[in-house]
Amino acid sequence: MAGYESHEYDVLVIGAGGAGLRAAIEASARGLRTALVSKSLLGKAHTVMAEGGIAAAMGNVYTEDNWQVHFRDTMRGGKMLNNWRMAQLHAQEAPDRVRELEEWGALFDRTDDGRILQRDFGGHRYARLAHVGDRTGLEMIRTLQQHAVHRGLDVYQEFTVNRLFKDGDRIAGAVGYWRESGELVAFSAKAIVLATGGLGKIWAITSNSWEGTGDGHALAMYAGADMIDMEFVQFHPTGMVWPPSVRGILVTEGVRGDGGTLRNASGERFMFNYVPPMFAAETADSEAEADRWYTDRTARRTPDLLPSDEVARAINSEVRAGRGSPHGGVFLDIASRRDADYIQRRLPSMYHQFKELAGVDITREPMEVGPTCHYAMGGVRVDAETGATTVPGLFAAGEVAGGMHGSNRLGGNSLSDLVVFGRRAGVGAADYAEGVEAMPTLDASAVNERAELVTAPFESDGKENPYAVHEALRDLMQVNVGIIRTESDMQVALSGIHELKARAAAVKVEGGAQYNPGWHLALDLEHMLNVAEAVTTAAIERQESRGGHTRDDFPGPSPEFAKVNVVVRRSEDDGAITATQEPLPQMPAELQRLFEED
Amino acid sequence: MPVARLKVWRGGDDGAYEDYEVEYEEGMVVLDVVHRLQATQTPDLAVRWNCKAGKCGSCSAEINGRPQLQCMQRMEQYPEDEVIQIAPLKTFPLIRDLVCDVSWNYKIAKTIPEFQLTAPDQDGNRRMAQIDIDRGQEFRKCIECYLCQDVCHVIRDHPDNKDDFAGPRFFVQLANVAMHPLDTNPRRDTVDHGFGLEYCNITKCCTDVCPEHIKITDNAIIPLKERRVDEFYDPLRIIGRKFFGKK
Ligand SMILES: Cc1cc2nc3c(=O)[nH]c(=O)nc-3n(C[C@H](O)[C@H](O)[C@H](O)COP(=O)(O)OP(=O)(O)OC[C@H]3O[C@@H](n4cnc5c(N)ncnc54)[C@H](O)[C@@H]3O)c2cc1C
Ligand code: SF4
Ligand code: SF4
Ligand code: FES
Repeated sequence: MAGYESHEYDVLVIGAGGAGLRAAIEASARGLRTALVSKSLLGKAHTVMAEGGIAAAMGNVYTEDNWQVHFRDTMRGGKMLNNWRMAQLHAQEAPDRVRELEEWGALFDRTDDGRILQRDFGGHRYARLAHVGDRTGLEMIRTLQQHAVHRGLDVYQEFTVNRLFKDGDRIAGAVGYWRESGELVAFSAKAIVLATGGLGKIWAITSNSWEGTGDGHALAMYAGADMIDMEFVQFHPTGMVWPPSVRGILVTEGVRGDGGTLRNASGERFMFNYVPPMFAAETADSEAEADRWYTDRTARRTPDLLPSDEVARAINSEVRAGRGSPHGGVFLDIASRRDADYIQRRLPSMYHQFKELAGVDITREPMEVGPTCHYAMGGVRVDAETGATTVPGLFAAGEVAGGMHGSNRLGGNSLSDLVVFGRRAGVGAADYAEGVEAMPTLDASAVNERAELVTAPFESDGKENPYAVHEALRDLMQVNVGIIRTESDMQVALSGIHELKARAAAVKVEGGAQYNPGWHLALDLEHMLNVAEAVTTAAIERQESRGGHTRDDFPGPSPEFAKVNVVVRRSEDDGAITATQEPLPQMPAELQRLFEED
Repeated sequence: MPVARLKVWRGGDDGAYEDYEVEYEEGMVVLDVVHRLQATQTPDLAVRWNCKAGKCGSCSAEINGRPQLQCMQRMEQYPEDEVIQIAPLKTFPLIRDLVCDVSWNYKIAKTIPEFQLTAPDQDGNRRMAQIDIDRGQEFRKCIECYLCQDVCHVIRDHPDNKDDFAGPRFFVQLANVAMHPLDTNPRRDTVDHGFGLEYCNITKCCTDVCPEHIKITDNAIIPLKERRVDEFYDPLRIIGRKFFGKK
């Protein structure tokens, strides 16, 4: 490959979802030369698809709400495996970050007295999610995007980073390519923030877009960073199940927050049969009490709004027991419970989504829903205060970072995570970059070698089609590392992944370098395979069931595993991926007291 | 399985339509069929998408001549033997196949004034009545699919106008700033600064194609035009301009 563009930045932010935008805004506000890169056009990242809302204990609807309650809900939702300091900072800072979005132009739905309205969501004790109908993510990304483009940072859109580079132990830069031309670019950077989002594209049924290939997880692993909690993958309980082409597309939890209920084939509200002991004290045990709860907080909450891991498992069990809906899901009914006007006002985009994609009028008929791979709790291990990873100069925020959500994320806690820790990683990277005197140097021969590897699939004499290899991986993971796992299935997955690595090495790309999705997928395959291996390895290591990780061979939680994170590392010598157990950070006594009433 | 007959633009400006036959299943949308074509016959077919649910505005194309989102067009609507023609947006320079260069829109976006809100109340909150933000929320539904930009004859037929004309998508955003109940950004700047509002002759083609059903002409463009008239001919303001030396 002949030559490549080179650029230098103080801070390079990889990813332009909520986390990356917020980090880049912070770094450029400090007067640092900042670049923001994204695989898609600006404004199209996953964040745009978020529906239900952003969690923040503002207390606008229930004055009883405060950061301590939010913190407690978050930790309990994560089955106490969360990094307590992240959960604390998140709960404390989310309200300011929401007000900041408003300052920058966001128009959230209002209370009667004109403040920001908050809605109910699973696992949150009080109505806590600031929202805009069911298109909150669009509001967030557009607000941040419009604010960012006025801050004088450089945007590289439709640009994919393929590798990070180090100078000794420290981060030194990155190499990537323009999707439009296929041309290579080398960045030298003092600090890099990873904000690349999730990894759902490893599974067959997912709410994630083509971007969710776990690139950032893989880039961090290649750079030698520690990964934690990779075994915890959230299967959102309510994805569309029919027609086949929309399988996996998300149905927001807001449907249940606004009164929708889950029913099986015989019309039974089955969630009452699946209330785990940890939540029994605060969950309604009759339909009457559950229905009263929407307006009366002396009643206990409806089991429809248990944390999503509980609901996903319950749906899975109903379907397995033969009580599912015609297309292999269960029913989600709001039509019989709220009037059509209310549904259309509160859930306009769900209304259109079902009407236009499934031909179902949700104001008149129930929806059919089932679990869909949605969110990665696990990710790059970071310092709570700064987002620093274990590689000096490398920071991470948003879905690609691990720790904040423990074993299960509460709905609405991602959008708030993005802005709280996006900002913190921006500050952390800026502070770090200011302390680095000389621009690190990129090893030219390593860059050249990468350039050759990136274009290799064009010259390959292999015969594999990248789309076929991808599909094989997705099916393998769906069947063997899905909602319910066993050691033997996961061993099948591991050996399957190794076979697929060999097939991926024999991928042949047709066509030219200009805007060639087949080529782009071929390059992403390597990332997906490594990330799939990391998830599977971690999932084998955790011999218990907890949150987003359910083992048929170890059905209950274990007190031993309650004390550890599973940490995954990739050897820089031979690429081997291994898992170890390391003790959880200890929560200080004053915070522990918040859980004593349990 | 039914078979779709497609005519898809391949290549750049010197490209051509190619014919394909693709099997599809019940419930599929045009984008699914394009993806299946890509996975089985044309691995390098360039097409943009992200959400597959009409939320991100990536998959815009001209389907049978109509600017639409590929992910929101169900196959059921086409008679079985109909040939479905899928072309890239015409108003923007073509890159390849179904992907065109929409960077002009991002350039305009940088020129739209930012919000400058009044200070918050004592308790740190800002108060706005829902009724006062309904219109703004309508504008903010925009998914930046640029279908309205594509269909607008001012730039579709006269590419040179792109230097002086922001286009319907950005009139929507200007109206959003202008009508924000707490914004203090001088309104004159938002409507007077050469965004080319005067080129628009209210054909409403933009409103017709908007997948978010934003009433671009009635609710954004016409009120902006009216404000502009008021400001130009408002005698008090003209006196004010003379006295205070404002432009
Ligand atoms: C349908 C749906 C609904 C959701 N609803 C909610 C909700 O209501 N509330 C909530 O809190 N959460 C919700 N979530 C979760 C939440 O939206 C995501 O977790 C969050 O948006 C992730 O944000 P992010 O900034 O980390 O990354 P993303 O928004 O995923 O952005 C990742 C960015 O990284 C870029 N990138 C990735 N790899 C590379 C690379 N190699 N090179 C260059 N750039 C790269 C991408 O192009 C993109 O710009 C929802 C998720 C989905 C899918
Ligand atoms: S109404 Fe105006 S902006 Fe809209 S398409 Fe017609 S000329 Fe263009
Ligand atoms: S105003 Fe409507 S048509 Fe125009 S870009 Fe926005 S969503 Fe698309
Ligand atoms: S893919 Fe997002 S609008 Fe079509």
